[in-house]
Amino acid sequence: MSMKVATRQVDGITILDLSGRITLGEGSVTLRDAVHDVLAKGSKKILLNLENISYIDSSGIGELVSGFTSVKNAGGELKLLNLTKKVHDLLQITKLYTVFDIWDSEASAVSAFK
Amino acid sequence: MPDSTTSRTTLTLASTIESVDMVEKTAEEFAERAGFDEDTVPNIAMAVREAAVNAVLHGNAYDPAKQITANFETNSDSLIVRIADQGPGLNPDAVPDPLAPENILRGSGRGIFLIRAFMDEVHFRQLHPGTELTLIKHRAPAQPPA
Repeated sequence: MSMKVATRQVDGITILDLSGRITLGEGSVTLRDAVHDVLAKGSKKILLNLENISYIDSSGIGELVSGFTSVKNAGGELKLLNLTKKVHDLLQITKLYTVFDIWDSEASAVSAFK
Repeated sequence: MPDSTTSRTTLTLASTIESVDMVEKTAEEFAERAGFDEDTVPNIAMAVREAAVNAVLHGNAYDPAKQITANFETNSDSLIVRIADQGPGLNPDAVPDPLAPENILRGSGRGIFLIRAFMDEVHFRQLHPGTELTLIKHRAPAQPPA
């Protein structure tokens, strides 16, 4: 199953609802393109909803990091929402859990953007 | 009831993402048949997938003239997976530590770390040309009857 992205706006925040697998190839490229499209349209506050991400590999983790860095370098913020246990565990063992700003409530996450 | 008899499969595959998916799927099936629990099976499948990605992407560099070989074996003690490529060779000691502060925001370089995190043993062998990774996950010791 490839990755799918649905985009919506809440209080000036762009929320990307991701579903499927973020893996080497199509999934990682889809995520990269989605983040770059949001930045290109001038939005710099991005919330990635990972609730329906069933699987992520090292390439997908790398793409999350690259997206985080791209948005930060553009003067924006990228936060993560609704991690599955699997993604949570992977971010823990790769020591990325404290790098990302991670939320389990959409309303709280949206409020946390400056 | 897990199957404790020795079982082997060898796949010789093109250097493609589809091959990576097939290797991952086969690893998952072997791990399930070997009786690993529902938390361990996906971790084994992920480690094997990462090894296959290394072989296809970093080893063979998607070269259509090169193949990867994936050998799966279960015996009474362990699940053993060997993934070989025909690339220029990999020195695992030269791979930067992805947990080091200077590397934490790198967009790549976590594959071997994850393989080591999820498997009990990981061995590298130079094939001239190519690299073979051997991934081993030991079965839990049998529990004495209650």
